[in-house]
Formats: sequence, structure tokens, C-alpha cells
Amino acid sequence: MDLFTIIFYSFAVITLGGGAVVVFSRNIVHSAFALLFAFFGVAGLYVLLMADFLAITQLMIYVGGILVLILFGVMLTSQVLDVQIKTGTIQTFPAVLAVSALAGTLVGIFWSTDWKTTAAPPMEVTAAKIGEMLLTSYLLPFEIASVVLLAALIGAAMIARREKNA
Amino acid sequence: MAQEFMQWLSHPGLNHFLIVSGILFSFGIFAVLTRRNAILVLMGIELILNAANINFIAFSRYGTGTLDGQVIAIFVIILAAAEAAIALAIVLNIYQNFNTINVDEINQLRD
Repeated sequence: MDLFTIIFYSFAVITLGGGAVVVFSRNIVHSAFALLFAFFGVAGLYVLLMADFLAITQLMIYVGGILVLILFGVMLTSQVLDVQIKTGTIQTFPAVLAVSALAGTLVGIFWSTDWKTTAAPPMEVTAAKIGEMLLTSYLLPFEIASVVLLAALIGAAMIARREKNA
Repeated sequence: MAQEFMQWLSHPGLNHFLIVSGILFSFGIFAVLTRRNAILVLMGIELILNAANINFIAFSRYGTGTLDGQVIAIFVIILAAAEAAIALAIVLNIYQNFNTINVDEINQLRD
């Protein structure tokens, strides 16, 4: 048991435990906060995979942005002071069957396949290289992403705006 | 067999990361399939996107040794942010119109 193993299993447990609470909790606020742990665990896994820039991005955008947005959504659409905050499930039994089959298949494939791996390169700072790639070989997707973000921003503002005479 | 399995367990490699992401993906699918609350469905989608990202970065680290997977993961995160903003705006609008966000009760395109 070296340090890498211990840290890997800690973050795997945080991620999957958080994910399980998100999925199985009856209380939507508990789900939202468990999502925090799931995102945090995924960021830890990124660090173990030598993706330092991605880990920070994950923390800033998911935990700092998307999670806050989701919490706003929870607060604005649930009667927090009421008992309405509990949420129900539908078609649980077929979903359990389908998802167990899916999970079994995925885990079986991932476990048994002998993936072609190369020797892991040594740890290095990735931010500079990623920035270079974004502005050279990935320039077109980068520009398209900026346009998509602008469109999403304007669209979200338009949709969420209260209509005066609707 | 058991010893082999313990040996496998104690050396995390590509397969371990992929299995974690596979289980996370299944959780996300389960949330999307069973939850009535639209916001919980969105949380399930975020879990799915995170699982996909783990795969991209794991293969980028162990498979190719290049950073292409990480760049693609950045684009996934960008799209996830845009998706969350739009989807929550739509959910808020639905809540104002129908006074509920249970996806099985919203069955009209206009009122």
C-alpha cells in the first residue's frame, strides 16, 4: 500500500459516496451538497492523473459555478420552508434492472480489457502546454466554444426573464 | 485468484479509474431515469459528464501520453457550464408557468 493507492481509494470513495447520496437521497438539498463531494473527489482523481490545470478548473467551474447555480435552482423552485423539499422517484424497479445491467457491463469491460498503455510520462506542469494547444491545433473548437458560451449567456438571460404580460 | 485480485486492487492503474467512472456514469443514468424533480435530473447529467471526463483524462494519462484528452475535457466542462445555465433557466420558467418541476407532470407545450 503506497501513498498513491491510499489517496486513490480515498478520492474514489469520496466520489462514489457523494454520487450515491446524490442519487439515493430523498432530500434535494442533501443531494445538492453531496454533489459538492462528488465534484471534489473527481478533482482529486484529476490530480492523481497529473491533470493539475483540469483539477483547478473542475473546482472553480463545477464547485464554484455550476453547483452554486444548481443550489439557486433548488432554492427558487422548492418551497424550502415547506415539506415540498422531499422528492419522489418513478419507475424505480425497471431502472434498477437496466442500470445494474449497464453498470455490470461497463465494469466488466473496463476490468477485463487489456488496454494498450504507454509508460506514464513524468509529472509536469500542464497549463502552459494546454494553453499552447488551445491556440494552435484546437483554435477552431476554442473559438466555437466562446461563441457557444456567449449564446448560452444571452439565451439564459432571455429565458429566465420574467415576462411582463405573459 | 483471491490473491491475484488483492494484488490487482493494490496497484491502481488505468482500469481502476475507468471502473470508478463507470460506476459514476451508472449513478448518473439512474438519477436521470428515476428522479421526478427536474433539478435532480440535471445533477444526474452532471455526474455523467464528470464520468466521461475521468475517462478522457485517464486515457490521456495512461493511453496516449499526450494532452489531447485534457483539452477535450476542458471543452466538456465549457459545454457543461453552458448546459447548466440554459437548463436552469428553462426549469425556472417551467416553475413559473406550471408551479411544479416534476418532469412527469409537465406534459403540455403551452397552457
